[in-house]
Amino acid sequence: MYIKKRQSGVSLKGRLVHYKMHYLLMLPGIVFFIIFRYIPIYGIIIAFKDVMPFDGLRAMLTAPFVGFKHFITFFNSYYFWNILGNTLSISGLKLLFGFPAPIILALLLNEVRSARFKKVTQTISYLPHFLSWVVVAGLFTVILSTSGGMINEIVKAFGGNPIYFLGDPKYFRSLLVISEVWKSMGWGSIIYLAALSGINPELYEAAIVDGAGRWKQMIHITLPAMSYVVILMFIFAIGNLLQAGFEQILLLYSPSVYGVSDIIDTYVYREGLIGLKYSYTTAIGLFKSIMAMILIISANYSAKRMGKEGIW
Amino acid sequence: MRKHNKLIKRTKGEMIFEICNYVFLASLTLVFVLPFLTVLSTSFVSSEEAARRGSFILLPNKIDFSAYKILLAKGSLIWNGYKITLFRVVVGTTLNLTATSMLAYGLSKKKLPGRNAIIGLIFITMIFTGGLVPTYLLINSLGLVNSIWVLVLHMLINPWWLIIMKNFFAQIPDSIEESASMDGASAFTILFRIILPLSTPILATIGLFYAVWHWNSWFDAAIYITENTKWPVQIIMRNIVLSMSNSDLNQEVMSDLLGAPPPPVTIRSALIVITTIPILMVYPFLQKHFVKGIIIGSVKG
Repeated sequence: MYIKKRQSGVSLKGRLVHYKMHYLLMLPGIVFFIIFRYIPIYGIIIAFKDVMPFDGLRAMLTAPFVGFKHFITFFNSYYFWNILGNTLSISGLKLLFGFPAPIILALLLNEVRSARFKKVTQTISYLPHFLSWVVVAGLFTVILSTSGGMINEIVKAFGGNPIYFLGDPKYFRSLLVISEVWKSMGWGSIIYLAALSGINPELYEAAIVDGAGRWKQMIHITLPAMSYVVILMFIFAIGNLLQAGFEQILLLYSPSVYGVSDIIDTYVYREGLIGLKYSYTTAIGLFKSIMAMILIISANYSAKRMGKEGIW
Repeated sequence: MRKHNKLIKRTKGEMIFEICNYVFLASLTLVFVLPFLTVLSTSFVSSEEAARRGSFILLPNKIDFSAYKILLAKGSLIWNGYKITLFRVVVGTTLNLTATSMLAYGLSKKKLPGRNAIIGLIFITMIFTGGLVPTYLLINSLGLVNSIWVLVLHMLINPWWLIIMKNFFAQIPDSIEESASMDGASAFTILFRIILPLSTPILATIGLFYAVWHWNSWFDAAIYITENTKWPVQIIMRNIVLSMSNSDLNQEVMSDLLGAPPPPVTIRSALIVITTIPILMVYPFLQKHFVKGIIIGSVKG
């Protein structure tokens, strides 16, 4: 061990011996990844088999193969278009409103001259990020309640009848978008604020000398300077397009709004763990995982390509 | 931060923009705070006041603690839930940090044979998983259903945070370890005696990531734990606040209460306050470390 430098440069066997203690240290972590990550990946095989309710893990090996039966059933069912459509439209709406929100917040915060005001606003806007979806869903349930909820009191004050927002398909998707934006916009602004703080102040000074006002400065200096981060974040958001917000929807939805809010994940959860259709739902899960992986890999690829161009 | 030259005169348009900006941001702040304030004030409404003034009361005349008394009664599910949550946060985070740093340390050695293969295999788990049902079947077959250890084990190492830690270790100069290994110290000793003490900033950050994750998670307990004595506080909260009708609520929490119970919305609000306060108490501290973490992650990741 004391001739470390030379030993680690030589034979494989020498390096294996040299690092034996390191392997021992890594062992618990490696065992974790094998058991809790790779065995379930192997378990995907049940998507091509017929596993019965109350079958254990061994059914992975023993159950009969049925080929693509479950995939075909899913693609031909009413639910395929329904849950795929819901997943894409909910995450599309979240992207439409949730993506620009933190950028706008960062730009507005950047124009604030009082450091104290800025700090207080930031601190408060970050808070929802630290709360679980259970708490956020609870907050929304209470303020939207038909008996004693703040929002319905406002509706009543304007002469309307209380509306059960959470059970109304007309409002439910908007609520998902609003609560998502409420929870994540403050925290999401950090990355943009970091990009803004990296702008050389001399650029602004030069612009002011040239007679550019606030608006012109924003168009010609601030936006181009943060465009790289914006595009990067957009690519990653596209990569996550199939993540429509499983926990949030699971907590807030109810049968009366399934039609507009049942996404792939909630469907898999209900049919799989409650309905015990293990093989069928694993097939749906695999379909989603593969689509998600393709999205993420292509997003990453585009980000990398952009990175190369961005340097020049 | 952007430097503003105070000597330069602001135009009228800029003044208007600035005022609008302050007004807008202040209202936005209010939108973030208002739900908390209404829930806080609702939690203090007594049944008598609700009967007299209607169900929505922005400012109760009298602060009534009966909802809290019911929820925090001795031996209530909430206390038990807090115990389980505390177990998750303390034991879980300790094990998370130990396993993560041990693996990260090995992976930070560039010459370790198999390093790239292991990193590659871990990377795959970041973009492709077995999914809900196969994972559930595994946990079930391991006999971990209804064991509180499942809450710790099923997410022992977060691969993103592992990579952040690995990168941190990799930039510690080799020369620091070399003298120790000359003296015959093993990798184990070097990690725990030299590397980790030098890495307290990253340990604090990642530790807080894990701790907040434990505090907030509920879905794992919802599927793996069916016995109510082993439920973390988030699950109890979900059951009472979200999935119960008012009559269920009465049965669940107020069966042996004498006199008029507070309105259900008050009970729900009080429970939200109870689960949020611990996070609020450590929030300034959390916020500082999390912001640092996001910057580290985005630079090095």
